[in-house]
Amino acid sequence: MRAGGPRTWLEKFPMVLWLTALWVLFWGELSLANVLVGVLIGLFVMTVMPMPRIGFEGRVSVIGTAILLGKFAVDVAMASVQVAGQALRFGRDPHGAVIRVPLRGHSDLFLTLTAVLCSLVPGSIIVEAHRLSGTLYVHILDVPTVGGVEKAKADVLAQERRVLYALATDADIAEAGLPPRPWKRSRGNRPNAASAVDNGRPTDGEGTVTR
Amino acid sequence: MSVGVLITCGVLLTAAAILAMSRVERGPSMLDRIVAIDVMVAAIIGCLAILSAWSGRVDLVPVLMVLALVGFVGSVTLARFAAAEPDEERRILTPEEIAEADAKVRAELEEES
Amino acid sequence: MNVSDIAMVASSVLLVLGSLLTLIAAIGVTRFPDLLARMHAATKPQVLGLVLMMAGLALALGTSQVTWKLTLVVLFQLITAPVSAHMVGRAGYRTGKVRSDLLVVDELTDDLRAAREEADR
Repeated sequence: MRAGGPRTWLEKFPMVLWLTALWVLFWGELSLANVLVGVLIGLFVMTVMPMPRIGFEGRVSVIGTAILLGKFAVDVAMASVQVAGQALRFGRDPHGAVIRVPLRGHSDLFLTLTAVLCSLVPGSIIVEAHRLSGTLYVHILDVPTVGGVEKAKADVLAQERRVLYALATDADIAEAGLPPRPWKRSRGNRPNAASAVDNGRPTDGEGTVTR
Repeated sequence: MSVGVLITCGVLLTAAAILAMSRVERGPSMLDRIVAIDVMVAAIIGCLAILSAWSGRVDLVPVLMVLALVGFVGSVTLARFAAAEPDEERRILTPEEIAEADAKVRAELEEES
Repeated sequence: MNVSDIAMVASSVLLVLGSLLTLIAAIGVTRFPDLLARMHAATKPQVLGLVLMMAGLALALGTSQVTWKLTLVVLFQLITAPVSAHMVGRAGYRTGKVRSDLLVVDELTDDLRAAREEADR
């Protein structure tokens, strides 16, 4: 990974594209003038306020991202109903818990993404994220509702697995001890891999893949 | 959008704002207040949305955008300041106190089950 | 019943649902016993409630320009909400606002204690 040094045009491109898109959306009209001014402002912002590199080295998988977003939407809807039920069940206080979840990936980006997605789903809040050991401390609103402490941990790990499947390289996934993407595996030449489908439970070492 | 919908949403959001306001008043800590204010902002965003839907005013949409973007600044600022409180409130409980509390919870849980 | 009627009914339903979620969140914030539980209640209108209300508003206004802007509103909220939630939650824990007696399991306190014993030795 190249560190330091000025960015190349290629590295700047996605950020400028995003800023331009924002600018055009602010004005609500796709015209040449808007796009040009947007690009100029994007470049200006990138020059005046450069962001630190996050070092994204991954491979975006369309299926993985679709699964990640779809499951996230379902999770948010279901968890909202559960939390609403908790709020309306008068006379019974929720039994919360702070659980420790050691994540399997080794990237700051995936740690952050997992934490963000978890805290957007109602019913779980990231209290503390320990970067060096890649550990999240998650507060669960009501342990019986989610089905026990172990289930809550498995949920967080499943979230991380979906993030990895959506964005990580095959090598990263293998390093995290997860089987390769299921939809890739069926095409590959791994005959016994189908039996090792990880259903989100943390099985240290068991899910490791021989490369 | 019918008047009935406008009134229903208005009543729901007003009730939400009043409840959030009561939590702002009761506290007990600054962090509880800021959480309640977040709900208050959500209610204000909701009010603007129904107002915009009712009157067809498109000019309120940028206000929604600004509220969604800036709403978190207050929380973050206050969360930073939350560290600067008297020692009595800042410390994390000592092991003895935690053990005591733990034992209490476990006993209560056993009683329940 | 034509298309615009259906859109109007759908937008009304979405707006009422969003308002209802906000109210339930406010009830939760008032009723729950400790800071972290209240924060759980507060995340709800920020995410699902906002999505519902913005969808309702987009249907009611019905122009694509506004729809894009409302998508941005949701996107901004989704980006900023976790930041404040994490900051408040962490500050709450570090300043001792979290009532350990309400927690079934508290592994962060366990770990902090282990770390402190390690440091004492």
